[in-house]
This record gives sequence, structure tokens and C-alpha cells, in this order.
Amino acid sequence: MLHTFVALVEDKPGVLTRVASLFRRLNINIMSLTVGSSERTEVSRMTIVAEAPSGAGHRIKASLFKLENVLDVDDIGQLSCVTRELALIKIAATPMSRGPIFQLAEVFRARVVDLAPESLMLEITGASSKIEGLLQVLTEGETQILEVSRTGRMVMRRGQHTSRVLDAMRVSSPEEEPVIPVTASGAVGVELNDGDPNHPL
Amino acid sequence: MNEIPAPASQPTRLSGAEIVWATLEGEGVREVFGYPGGAVLPIYHALRKYPIRHILVRHEQGAAHMADGYARASGRVGVAIATSGPGATNLVTGIATAMMDSVPVVCITAQVPSKLLGTDAFQEVDITGITLPITKHNFIVTRAEDVAPVLRQAFLIARSGRPGPVLVDITKDAQQGLADYDFATAAPSPHRPHPMLLVEQEAVSEAIELILSAKRPIILAGHGVLESKAMSQLRTLAERLQIPVATTLLGIGGFPASHELSLGMMGMHGEPWVNQAIQQSDLLIACGMRFDDRVTGVLASYAPNAKKIHIEIDPSEINKNVKADIALIGDLREILETILPHIAPRKDSSWIRAVNLLKGDAAVRDIKNLPDLGHLYAAHVIHDLWRATDGKGIVVTDVGQHQMWEAQYYKHESPRTLITSGGLGTMGFGLPAAIGAKVACPDKEVWAISGDGGFQMTCSELSTIVQEHLNINIAVINNGFLGMVRQWQEFIYDGNYACSPILSPDFVKIADAHGIPGVTVRKRSEVLPAVDAARRCSGPYLINFMVEKEDAVYPMIAPGSALDEMIRRPSNGNSPLVETPEKP
Repeated sequence: MLHTFVALVEDKPGVLTRVASLFRRLNINIMSLTVGSSERTEVSRMTIVAEAPSGAGHRIKASLFKLENVLDVDDIGQLSCVTRELALIKIAATPMSRGPIFQLAEVFRARVVDLAPESLMLEITGASSKIEGLLQVLTEGETQILEVSRTGRMVMRRGQHTSRVLDAMRVSSPEEEPVIPVTASGAVGVELNDGDPNHPL
Repeated sequence: MNEIPAPASQPTRLSGAEIVWATLEGEGVREVFGYPGGAVLPIYHALRKYPIRHILVRHEQGAAHMADGYARASGRVGVAIATSGPGATNLVTGIATAMMDSVPVVCITAQVPSKLLGTDAFQEVDITGITLPITKHNFIVTRAEDVAPVLRQAFLIARSGRPGPVLVDITKDAQQGLADYDFATAAPSPHRPHPMLLVEQEAVSEAIELILSAKRPIILAGHGVLESKAMSQLRTLAERLQIPVATTLLGIGGFPASHELSLGMMGMHGEPWVNQAIQQSDLLIACGMRFDDRVTGVLASYAPNAKKIHIEIDPSEINKNVKADIALIGDLREILETILPHIAPRKDSSWIRAVNLLKGDAAVRDIKNLPDLGHLYAAHVIHDLWRATDGKGIVVTDVGQHQMWEAQYYKHESPRTLITSGGLGTMGFGLPAAIGAKVACPDKEVWAISGDGGFQMTCSELSTIVQEHLNINIAVINNGFLGMVRQWQEFIYDGNYACSPILSPDFVKIADAHGIPGVTVRKRSEVLPAVDAARRCSGPYLINFMVEKEDAVYPMIAPGSALDEMIRRPSNGNSPLVETPEKP
């Protein structure tokens, strides 16, 4: 099954290798891995999606925590979360053939971010399934896809379960910021706008 | 660690190289094992100013094994030093050995100047990259001011939680640069405990209930007993409820072998009654062990009727091999101390009687009273060695048949008296690790036991022994084969002894060339006199035991077999090793 982990790691050289090497050592293939800044200075946030046996989550999480540079790990599992991926898609298109692609882009709420005499570039953000949907429609049509670049998934839990609050609630680190009282917002938030045409809102 | 000097009140201006030694001294290090070379020369140049003994090894692998043996014998962090490039890569096998057996070691390697990093400079190697999967953590230091904080953090990581090796790679310019040094201000922040440590009150209560209601419980004692210093708590638990104790290879010494509740070593070459008892038990109380494949046999049929309580400090070990019914993740001693007040003494010993029945005639595999047919058996040698040393020596083994015979026939009463490479099974470990053990415990009698194969892998360290005036006794169990390989070939590969016969030099002459006295022993009657001569000798001594060539370690669980499907020693009535009880 697919496992999704969110890890907060120290922003230092070699940390990505340590995390990636752990999965390699366990003979687990990483499906997607995104790394970027987080809400904390000098701390990067990784979203790792990997195909592994259903029972492997505990061991992967425990092993990630054994890495000295890993500060926090969240095994998203089946928890309610927002998943996003960004894709840039370059398509062969002449002035004559642009029209249908523009229509398609509108339906999928993709944006045209570059227009050249013989090609155009779409930017699309959403759940992986939405990006795959657009790619499928493009492939099945007459369109020639020239380049695809996908970021891989970013995941964030809904509601109050952000890493910052979890961190503040952790008793073992008293020198960290004080406990933030959790407001009445429910654990499962309402998806406000994900730009997904198939979504009820 | 209680000899840490009072920190200097004012920071001192030192070179990175001097900071290395000053920090080591501050961490309580009195001995290091190493080998100089180009990039590490600034560190060696600075050594004379510091009261630290440096043991010059003959190969850096030896330095890593010595630091390992030092740590295992003393419980303190062992330190190995090597230069860049080949010096660093030679450490690798030793680091992996320490990693697999959770031994706290700090390896300091030198690196080319930071400006040359990544240029394929002379003797440059990416040692932090190479050792990434075989260290608990590693660092590269490129500035003198980082040396002290990083080294102190390395020591902290090495001995925290589940211990392990840490490598610190220091560039030449970091060694030569100047920085303010103050031991106290370089102190690392407390080590983050693993966030998944979890000892729930509910789980403890369930564990207590299981322990009290079990009819056929067994305690499985691993290396964690030693690391957590939980020997007396373990013993109390066993004695209160009359629970028999089986140990892993690395758990040997965690429970006295002569104790009536001691079963002995479990697993592939464990005694038959140990494995049978495990298979029949209804509760396994696993204490600081990881259910290695050499311990469980085939997992599908492992202890099928037993509930498992797994007490372990490393959360990633829980449910890795054997599914735990109750997991108590934390320090073993603390957890046992939580459990013990709820356990009242009990006298019901029907299970003990059943286990003793399993032992049957094989309860004492004593061979003292067996006929001497003119052959010398390794079991004889180890057994006599145990008697002669009264079980009080530190025995350091290599890897192979002699290692298993040692585990079977030498009865260890206290922790840190058997030092052996369990997880990685590193041949060549024995002699250098014995040097480390002797340096750590100069007042203890240290025996290095090796096979003729493993001994030749690292016997260059004999001259280290002489140069450092170390009184180490060496027993080579010489059967002309890579014995364990030959045994597997006999049992599993149709007796095809491919490349397992090994020619050896005359080890006594090798010893003699080093000025080490020695003797070759071919008969049982010569064993004790030779052992006595070695013990009387004030310096090192080598005994070359020419043992039966094609003897095997029994019992043996073949790979893919269940724990109680053992290959037993063939009983032909004449075998001098038939398991019989000792005559009173």
C-alpha cells in the first residue's frame, strides 16, 4: 500500500541522503519526495510517499526518528489531509490547435503560463488524480505532450494537527514554545477551495 | 565518566587538533587506538601535550575492533583514529561490526583540506557517505570552532539510547585552524529521546497479568540486559516466579550461567532443551533483544503457543521479526523496576521440572569424564580453559565454530566477560578486540580465542600486543579448515569442501618471531599444562590447539528449519563428545 510520511528535518547538507538512504536500506521504493521550507527556521519539511507493506508504517516511522537530523515524523496513513501536487505540462500547439486546449485548461482549472508559436505550457495544481486526469485527456486527444514536470505530493493534515501544535503539546521539550490552547476548530476541517472541478464546492 | 575535569573558566585559544585531544580528555578518554597518516598529522603532532595513551595498531580495522572491544569490556566509549582515504576505509568493517552489536564507539578520521573536498585530492574519500548506513550518525567538521561541540555530541549520541558508532571526519584545515576552546560551553543539548518510546500503564498491567498467569514462561535475555545494567532486576524477576532464562549470544553474562534457572544460549547452536522449551512455552518475556534470525529459526513456527512481551529500547525493533502482544518500549531496567513491585514470590515449579526433564541426560555437557581417544576436541579445550580460569576471564572470540563452542562450554557468570561479534559475524575481530579489552581492563585475565582462519585475518596485531606490553593469552583453535564453512558444506552442500581447507603457518613460530612464547597442543592431556603456562607467563602467550579436523558444532538448526528441528550430534557410542551428565 501507499504510505505517506511528513518529516520535519534539519536544513543541513546530507539530510536528504540520510532519509533517502533509509528507504533504500529497507528496500522500499520512494514514489514521490518533496522537500521545502517549513514554518520553522532552519527546518525543512519533507513529504515522502512510498509503496510498502501495510504493516511497515511503524518501522519506517521509528527508523526515521532514529536519524539524528529528523525532528518530527507524521505517518499520515488514512488520516484526513489535504494533498496537493503541482505540474507543468508543455504541449505542442499552433495558433490553430490552441482553442480546445484552452477549453480543457478551463475545465481543469489549469493556467496557461507560457505561450510560444508552436507550444504552450499549462500549470495545474491539485490532487494527483486531477493531474492524472488532465494528462489522460491530453494523451487521448490529438495533443502532443512535449514535457511534463510534477512536484510530487505535498500533504498537510486538516484541522489542528499541524506539526507546530503537536510539537508544542509534546511534554518532552519544555524549552520549546508554550502549549498553544487548541481552539474549537474540529479535527477534520472543511475543504474550502482546492480548485478541483469534481469537488462539491 | 566520573573523571571529567572541572571545566576551564576562561576559553583557551587552541588549534583544532589540540581541541580534539582536549575534548577527548574532557570526555574521560584515557586510551585511543589509531594509525597516523598525512591528513591526520596535525592531530598526532598535538598528542604529546595531552595525557592520553595512543595504541598504534597495524591496520585501521584493528583500531576499530580495539575501540569496540574496549567499549564492550568497560562500558565506556571506545575511540579509534585514522587518517583520510585508505585509513578511513579500513575502519569500515569495524564500524559495521559495532553498529550491528550496538557498541558505543567514536571514530575520528582526518579529511583533506575543506577547499579540496570533492576534487579527488590525494587520499580523499567520502567517508561520511561511505559510513552513512553503518553509523548511528556521522559528521564532517570543516572549522576548528566546530571540533569540540561536534565531538561532544558524537560521544553523547554514541552512548545514548541504543548505543552505536559515530564517525567524526575532520578536515586538515579544521585541525590547523585556531578557535576558542571551553569544554563546558561545547556541551551538547540533551539527547532527544526517541519520541516513540512508550511504556503505557495499561500495557504494564497487562504484562504483569500475563507474567503472573503464564504456566510456561521463559525470559529471553539479550544484549540490552548488559547495556541497561538490568542484571539484578532480571535475576529478581526470574527468581521470584521461577522463570527459566535463556540468553542470546550477546546476552551471555547477563544472567549467571551457573544459576539453576539459567538455560543457556538459545538459537541456531543453542542447547536442544533451550530451543525446545522456547517452542513449548506460553509466554516469552523478551528483554533487550531483537529476535535475530539466528535466534528464531523459521519465523512461521517460532514459539507458536507463546504470547510475547517485548521490552526493548529501540522502537524500530518492535514487530520487526516477531509480533509482540505487548510492547514496552524503553529502558529495560526502568521497566523491570516498574513491574517487580507487582510480583510476589511464587514456588510453583512444575514448569521448571518439565524443563529439567527436557535437559535429561544432556543437562551437563561436561566432557571431563569422557574417554580420551587421543583426539583433541575444541570442546575439550574451551571446557578446560573455563575450569582453569574459574570462569573469571574475559574471553574474546573470533567468529565461527570456536565462537559457538565458547558460547556452549565456557560458563560466563558476569556481564562483559564474553566479547564476540554477533550481528555482523566479523572474522578477524578476536585478536584486536582482545587488545581493546585488555587496555580497558588491565587487571583482568584476557583470552583471545580464534580459529585458524580468522586469526590470520588480523594476526598482524601480535606486534601491537608486544609493543604495548599487553598480557593477552591467545588460543588458536586450529582444525585446518574454515570450520563453520566446512560444516555447512558437510550438512547442506553435499560435503563439497569448496575452498574451505586452509593452510596455516606454524602459529607458534609466528608468535616466536614476535618474541611471544607459545606451544602447540595435540592431546587432551597437554591442554591444562599449556593453559597454566600461559596464565603463569607475565606477558602474552600463544597456544596452537591442533583439534579434530572435521568436528561440527552441535546441535544445529539448518536454515529454514523450526527452532526445535535440530541436527544432533550422531551418537555412535564412541564419540568422546556424547552429552552425558557429569559424575558427581
